[in-house]
Formats: sequence, structure tokens, C-alpha cells
Amino acid sequence: MADKYPTEKLKTWGEAKDIRLGYYKDFAEAHEKGGLRWAGGAWAFDAVPAGLGDDVHSLTGEPYAASIAFNKEFSDECLEATEKYGFARDLCSYMRNYWGSILLNKYNFGGEFPKPDFIWTDHICCSHAKWYQVAAELEGGVPYYCIDVAVGPHEEADENRIEYIVGQLHDGIEWMEQVTGRTYDDNKLIEAVKNEFRSTSAWAETCALNKAIPAPLDEKSMYSLYVLGTLMKHSKVVADFYEKLRDETKDRVERGIAAVPTETTRVMTDTQPPWAFLRVFRYLEQYGCVSIGSLYTFGLIGLFEVKEDGSWGPKTTPMELGTSITNRDEALTELVKWNLAKPEWQHFYSPKYKSDMMIRIAREWKLDGVLLHYNRGCEGLSLGIAENRLALQEAGYPVMIFEGNMGDEREFDEARTMGRIDAFMETLGIMKEV
Amino acid sequence: MIEMFKEWFDARHEYAKEWKEKTGGKVLGYFCTYVPEEILYAADVLPVRILGSHEPQDVTEPYIFGMFCPFCRDCLAQGLKGRYDYLDGIMISQSCLHIRQAYTSWEMHIPVPYSYYLPMPNNVQSPRALPYLVGEMEKFKKSVEEWTGKTITDDDLNRGIEIMNRNRELMMQVYETRKGEKPPLTGLEAMYMVVSGQMMHKDDHSSTLEGTLKELDGRNADRNVGQRLMIIGSEDDDTEFINMVEGCGATLVVDDHCTGSRYFWNTVEPNGSPLEAIAQRYIDRPRCPSKDWGERSRLPHIMKLAKDYNAAGAILVQQKFCDPHELDIPAIKNELESNDIPTLFLELDVTVPIGQFKTRVEAFLEMLMEEDLF
Repeated sequence: MADKYPTEKLKTWGEAKDIRLGYYKDFAEAHEKGGLRWAGGAWAFDAVPAGLGDDVHSLTGEPYAASIAFNKEFSDECLEATEKYGFARDLCSYMRNYWGSILLNKYNFGGEFPKPDFIWTDHICCSHAKWYQVAAELEGGVPYYCIDVAVGPHEEADENRIEYIVGQLHDGIEWMEQVTGRTYDDNKLIEAVKNEFRSTSAWAETCALNKAIPAPLDEKSMYSLYVLGTLMKHSKVVADFYEKLRDETKDRVERGIAAVPTETTRVMTDTQPPWAFLRVFRYLEQYGCVSIGSLYTFGLIGLFEVKEDGSWGPKTTPMELGTSITNRDEALTELVKWNLAKPEWQHFYSPKYKSDMMIRIAREWKLDGVLLHYNRGCEGLSLGIAENRLALQEAGYPVMIFEGNMGDEREFDEARTMGRIDAFMETLGIMKEV
Repeated sequence: MIEMFKEWFDARHEYAKEWKEKTGGKVLGYFCTYVPEEILYAADVLPVRILGSHEPQDVTEPYIFGMFCPFCRDCLAQGLKGRYDYLDGIMISQSCLHIRQAYTSWEMHIPVPYSYYLPMPNNVQSPRALPYLVGEMEKFKKSVEEWTGKTITDDDLNRGIEIMNRNRELMMQVYETRKGEKPPLTGLEAMYMVVSGQMMHKDDHSSTLEGTLKELDGRNADRNVGQRLMIIGSEDDDTEFINMVEGCGATLVVDDHCTGSRYFWNTVEPNGSPLEAIAQRYIDRPRCPSKDWGERSRLPHIMKLAKDYNAAGAILVQQKFCDPHELDIPAIKNELESNDIPTLFLELDVTVPIGQFKTRVEAFLEMLMEEDLF
């Protein structure tokens, strides 16, 4: 298949890899440098522990478990250790990989599993509070704090719901001071909160740039980029990086640089991919098919809003709106209001929210079809997915489904999925390059 | 009188339709026992719990991905088959994701004039949960007022509390009798009592409970109790399964189910503000696993039940794919077994493989009897 567009490697690619590896190294070595370690979900309010100091490092469970899943051999060891302990095989596969890493006392990046000093997480699906309740027990009783954020969709957020979460965060700061013996610095919190706004808005802007034809980014590459926001979106390093990435992506659009030079067909996926089988995306490229992303890739950390022209774009930050953030309460309130708008939090309350967002992406990103991953590994992001399929079809978008598991390679049939892709492309009238 | 509960259980839809015809009132179907029925009774609305039918079906396949629990699919199937066509409204109070899908698909495909999602807090151990839930209950009350056209006064709320509390207190008295050496009712009869109470007006149910309590003295005195078991786990109204277990030489003396003791175990304690008192009750109730964190409150509660009811063993039973219960099973199993209470784990589907389960239950009971010998 002849190239239609020029392509080139991302200039910021190496920097993204370095930030990611540095994150895991910093966590492992934190104690050697007198620092602190906390663990929790990637949706935890990571800006809040930042008030304890610059030497506080985190291990967010989902990206860590995805790293394990990519390493199939170690993942199988972890999953089997968790099952041997007595947990059901159909539970969240991230959680099972994570627990297995504790049970085996092996860190995916080498050495023993680095025990956190405390756990700081949040809860919106059925698993997260329990994930870390068990993790705390497996670690011998690590102090544990979890914030309930399941207060309904953003459009119905009101003072009572916001205050419930803000109140838990206030209590959590006092709790962190008690369990760490450190004095909390509100200025560091404010700085971290502002960084989070910058990170998550810049990532959304980058995703919006993928509306261009040809798409400057492909989803497989985006996985390596969005992950930084799941590690430490509150950090200056990540905020600066995302702004740099946005600028580079804008430049690629202006110069017509494609992620997939043979781009003829545009699709999106849904939920986490089967991490051990990312070559599925390269297989798509044999059809000149680019996955431009997904609600998952865009909205797990990216914050969007409807712009004046009616399209989806990056959410305007409180700083851009001139909102003052001068103290702890203001910082926590703005942080909660911002996070409640997270796209991937909406569909926990009804599939119609997710369907609307997916149809919007299908239209604005000019898609030819949709690949839905019926993901047995994540009940949260698979919630309502069958209804999403019906809604997308009703909106006129061809949908292919494939069943798999983001973190348990034993539940993914690669050959069958490739076969389905072949059949789907045939229905779209797309020929594979031989 | 005790047979009445089975009749109501079996004729749940006929009962609700007759009630509606007789009173002209509204009937609301609810998906989870965290729904504050007090507010519905205050508005003279009849709350009925939506449960499955334990029949194989394929009508839910387009709407719910198969990795979610069979119970949520069975519930949705009832709506798709038109069995709850008399409902005027539906609602859910936040608990697990699975049943939420049944609710949202119902809302989308089986339109009813009224639906409400109550975001019941999950962090019930936080001091922030009570004021939050009071605020949400105020909104819910206002919504019910708009729906029914009836203003709900504090007196109405107190009446709702009295209706619910009376029923809870009577059920507690019934369960109290099961502590004795010769429980006057079986686990199956207890299940019929609790579940029928979730489908009919509490006043009718309570009146029959009062009569039944008088009949319990000396009842079943000749019945061989066999091994005293407790049953713990997710939603379970599978009467065929319970009947099989008790037919193997056992009596289920107590349970920790939302179709059992968790439903009625604590009462609303009046404190001046009816809504606050109601909210406090739902925060304090024996917890569903999705709300049992940071501390594990279920373990001491279950151990107290085991001790108070002198359980020799426990059946841990859950709906297949039920994540919240799967998350608690290892801790519960460990707690029971380290306190010398053997356990048997079983996973339920919409239909139960009775033959296979019977073999496992028999083996479990034989093991318990061996311990009695030595």
C-alpha cells in the first residue's frame, strides 16, 4: 500500500519513556533518599499528597498492573499467585496482577515489591476501595485512606455532592499528617492542583488535534503518552511535557505529518486494550486503518468541554478563567469540580453518557467504524458497553466487538480477533495490503 | 399463617396489581435494599423489589455484557418480559455496578413515568457520609413529592419510619426464635418471610408476622434440625437451593444476605429530624461488601451471628461474577475457619445445578458430622 502522507517519529517520544521509567525508579528508591511512598489508583487525587513534600512518590495501580500485563510471563505468575490465595479469576485483572506482585514480592521493574508508607486512593467502581483494602492487608497493615467519588454525573453535580468529596479530602490531609508525621504545605498543594489542570487540559487538546486527516497520532503510540497522566498528572514534569507534546502535535498537523502514512480508514476503540497484544493495532495498519484513540485514551485523564462552535475541545482551566486559588479549601474545591467533569466518570451512572460522547467522537474525529473491546478485565469501563454498541449502530457507525481482557492474556484469542478484524474490514470495503 | 409468605412470594405480581387496583396508589420497583422505603411509604407509594425468576433467558443479551452477574440480567429480563408492567416508577440506590446496568437498561428500554438514581454514599464510614446522604434524601423526597403531587410532612416521614420499623422489629423477633435448639422455622420459611416482605405492603406483612409469631411457640419441635448452618453472600432468593440444603440434613439458622437479615437488621432511631434518622439507619445497617471499607465491619458482624445462632458451618454463596462478594470471600472464609467454623463455597447462576451442589453439600455435612464424632 503506497504512502499517502509523510510521517516521522515523535520528537518527544524518548522524553515520555524517560519520565515513565524515572517514575517507577523514584518510587523504588524513595526510602533510600529519605522520601515517602504512597500507592493508590490512577484516579486518586494525586495532587493532594504532593503537599507532603517534593520527595513523596507514588505507585498508581492500573498503569503498574498494565506494565505487568505487557510482561506476559510475569503476569501469569502474578495472576496464579492471586488465584492460589483464593481470589476469583473474573475479578479486575489489574487488581489481580497488582496483588500478585505483592504476594510474590517482586517489582516489575526489578527487585522486591516496594512497600508503600500509606495508601491513598478513590472509589467509583466496585473494585477500587476493596483493591487497596486487600493490598493494605497483604502488606501487613499499611495505613489506608479512600475517597468516595461516586456522586453521580457531572451535569447533576451540586454543592452537596462536591462538599462530600471536598470534606473527605480535608479529612484525608489531616490523616496524612498523622500517619506520616509531616506538616502539610498548602502552597505545594496549590501548585500541584494547577499542574493537574494544565496536564489534563493539554492532553485533551492533543487528542482534539487528532481530528485532523491524516491523524498526527495513532492510538498505540498514545498509550505510551497518556500513561504519564495516570502516573503523576499533578507534577510540573508531566504538565510541561504535555504542553510540549501538544505543540509538537500541532506542528505535525500543520505540516500534514501522519501517524500512519497509508491512512485511508479511521476507527476508534474502547476501554483498555489487551496489553499483551498491542500488535493488533499494527495489524490494523496493514489495512491503512488508524485508530485515532478512544474515549478511554482521551477521557481517562483528559478534560474536555463543548467549545463555542459546538465541538469538543480542551477544558478551560480555572487559571485561564481567572479563578483564584489561594488556600487549601479553594484548591480542593476546584480540584473536585474539575475531576467530576472527567469523561470516563460519567458512564458509571448511565450508558447514555458514554454513548453520547462516543458518537460525538465518531462524528468529530470523522470515523468509519468502531472496535469495541468487551473487556472481561474491567467491569468499570465495560459497564454499559452493550448499550453503547446499540447506540453507535443506531447512529450509523459500523461496530465490531471483540472479547478479551486487558490484563489476563489467558482470556484473549488473538487469532480470532485478527479474523474478526479481517471480516470487519471486508464489510467496510477495505482491502489489506498483501 | 406461615404459608401465607410463600403464597405472597409466588404471587408477587398479582399482589401488587391488586394493591394498586384497591388503593389507586403508585407502585415503584426498586433494585437495591439501600433504597429508603420510609420515604416511599410516607408518600403512600408501594415499594416492591425487582428480583429475578431463575429461568434461563436470552432476552438481555443485547443489553448487558455476559461478564456481569446473572442476577442483574435476570432482573432486567423480568422487565423485558413485561412481568412488572404495572410499575409506575423505578429507582436504584447506589450499590454495585452490575445491578446498576439492569436499572439503566430498564430505564432506556422499558419506559416508566418515574425513575430515580439515589447516589447512596459508598464511604459510609466517613463522618461526611451522613450530611451528604441527608442532602440526597431531601432531594429524593422533593422528587417523590413532584411525582406523586403529595407534600411529604415530617408526620408522614414518621409514619413511614413506624411502618418500616415495626416490620423490622417483628422480623428480628422471628429471627430470635431461630437461635433456640429447635428452631421453629426452617431457613426456607425464613427466606419466604423476608423476600415476600420486600414485595408487599409492610402493614399486611407485619400483621401476618404478628400472627405467625404466636404460632411459632413449639412449632417444628419434632423436626430433625441436623447441622446448624449459616449462609452468607450475595442476593439469594433461590428457594430450590435452600430447600435442597435443608433436605440434606441441615437447618439454615441465620444468614447474611440482602434478601435476608441485612435487609431488616437495624431500625431507624428517632432523633428529631426524620430524614437524618433515616439516613443514619442506612449508613449503620449491616453492610453490602461494596460499602465495607476502610475497616471490615462485616467480619465481626458475621462472627457474632455465627456465635449467637450457634452455627456449626457456613455456606458462602454468591452470584457468579459478583465482584463485591468475590472481593470479600477470602477474608470471610479465613475469619470463619480460623474460628473453627468450616465453610463451603458455592457460586450460583440463574439456575442452580442442584445435583452437583447436592453432592457438595452432602460432603460438607458429612465433614461437619465427623467433627461432632470426635
